[in-house]
Amino acid sequence: MVSMVLFGIFVASAGADPIEVYQTMYRAAFGTSFSWQNTLIRAAPLMLTALCTALPGYLGLIIIGGEGAVVMGGLFAAIAALAIPTAPPMVVLTTMAVVGMVGGGLWLTIGGALRHYRAVNETISSLLLNYIAIAILNHLVTSTFRDPESLNHPSTHHIGEANMIGVIPGTDLHWGLVFGVVACVIAWFLMHHTVFGFASQIAGGNVRAAQIAGLPVGRLILIICFVAGAAGGLAGMVEVAAIHGRANDTLNANYGYAGILVAFVARNNPLAIIPVAILLGGIRASSGLLQRAHELPDATVLVMQGIIFLVILFSETLYGRFSKLQNRGG
Amino acid sequence: MEVGWWGVLIAVLGGAIRIGTPFLFVSLGECLTEKSGRINLGLEGTLVMGAMTGYAVSLHSGSPWLGVLCAGLAGMMLGALHSWLCSFRRVNDIAVGIAMMLFGTGLAFFLGKPYIQPSAPRLPSIDLGAWSDIPQLKAALQINALFLMGIVVAIALAWMLKNTAWGLKVRVVGESADAARALGLPVDRIRILSTAQGGFLAGIGGSYLSLYYPFNWSEGLSSGQGLMAVALVIFARWHPVGCLWVSLLWGGAAALGPSLQSVGITGGYYIFNAIPYIMTLAVMIITCSPKRTLVGVPHELTVTR
Repeated sequence: MVSMVLFGIFVASAGADPIEVYQTMYRAAFGTSFSWQNTLIRAAPLMLTALCTALPGYLGLIIIGGEGAVVMGGLFAAIAALAIPTAPPMVVLTTMAVVGMVGGGLWLTIGGALRHYRAVNETISSLLLNYIAIAILNHLVTSTFRDPESLNHPSTHHIGEANMIGVIPGTDLHWGLVFGVVACVIAWFLMHHTVFGFASQIAGGNVRAAQIAGLPVGRLILIICFVAGAAGGLAGMVEVAAIHGRANDTLNANYGYAGILVAFVARNNPLAIIPVAILLGGIRASSGLLQRAHELPDATVLVMQGIIFLVILFSETLYGRFSKLQNRGG
Repeated sequence: MEVGWWGVLIAVLGGAIRIGTPFLFVSLGECLTEKSGRINLGLEGTLVMGAMTGYAVSLHSGSPWLGVLCAGLAGMMLGALHSWLCSFRRVNDIAVGIAMMLFGTGLAFFLGKPYIQPSAPRLPSIDLGAWSDIPQLKAALQINALFLMGIVVAIALAWMLKNTAWGLKVRVVGESADAARALGLPVDRIRILSTAQGGFLAGIGGSYLSLYYPFNWSEGLSSGQGLMAVALVIFARWHPVGCLWVSLLWGGAAALGPSLQSVGITGGYYIFNAIPYIMTLAVMIITCSPKRTLVGVPHELTVTR
């Protein structure tokens, strides 16, 4: 609410009627079935990239390498699809998903391994790995895997219409959304209802206690990073297989960074990620209509995202105060 | 006159200064912030905001130096906001940093839309290479006054951190907030001031981008340069003069790819672009060890905390 008021003041100062703007945004994000679909399509990769940050968060690691995992996953998936051109579509898609997940997973595991074996700050190394992944992508799509027909926009060859992920019957939604939701539920189950998840939470709470209890902390770090990266890689594979049909620099569309925010706002809880991702997807989906209806620049939604997240992060401190008051009262 | 491979070396030198200057300012700002025990990932937004403000003010007032000053002030405000938010309990400074990055870039794009077309007065450059006959060397030695100011700031900052009461306070707060509180120091106020000053420097770094090199205002102006500052400061071991060398090294590495093209090595353009990142990662791998913490790291930031 506070963020809505703040953003309202901001919009009003830019010369537009805030209430009308909100109405437009709501219409554009959740108003019609078409806009719902638009929102959900944008939310799908956010769910997966949010897992990239949320899962290592259980171990107390702050990893911001979702962008790199998306890029590597998409690149690996596209290359895999092009390597088996004659296989039936189901086989191609499965291979793409597996290879994409392995690609993204291994990429984040580099950061986790460096953290464990060399004590390199995982936030920085995953950040650097993002840029290196983008450079590798650009290098490969302009040289080895370049489709000669993509003149101005270097890309790999198209994976073929038959191999694209279809839409869910009766809608325009592709199956990527299902991947996102299922991945979040699996992640939640893994972290909250298995021995593995319990061990990770202990290690995240107190490393020394976990070591004394005989938990293989290093292996936990590597596995969690791999799973997290696999989620990001899957997001990249969905982008390639459902939307673009080829790997190029559009993979690098800031889903990774937006996913970090989703993870923080959802406080790393995989189930909370789903609604938060849909909310952010809605905000992103409304940017186009906002631009046309009110002549506001598309960066308006960036400002709004920033304000919303600042206010939500700020409200964390209030939670603490309220619980204190409650304790005193009780 | 044929310069051949020497041309590569000269171009790398020139690139080190030209490309390295914004990194110098941003990393100095981040260095000060981190010395006080806080990380500001929002400097990316600060940099873009500084670039936009500098360009706009310079265009309207006709004075690029006023633009630089206003860019600094805008950065200072963002830095103060970041730090004020972080000073509350349970607020994660990395998360706030990413939100500030979005907010800063969003605000800059929003306000900066009208400034993409017109061209503002440019910052003047100083010709240190006037004595030379080689055009490449002349071009490389065209230095902007901001670079020289950056050197002065780096040395002054190093001196102040080491020798003044204010520097000591900042370091105590960065080493141990509890110890600082025991001494009666206002921890939050010192951190807010340090972060605001860090934002000021980052804003100036941004104005260099829009007012000198590459000299325009566009939305793709800063590609992660503010984020890289965090890595650069680690690389520089939290020392301001170290920031100077690291920024030059970084600029030189970034200039290597384009300058190799001039002697006919064109393959792997993007891989050359990645050299600075690979280099930083390699240095971190070599110098970090699980058995000891890094020399110079403010203890409030140590990962093993």
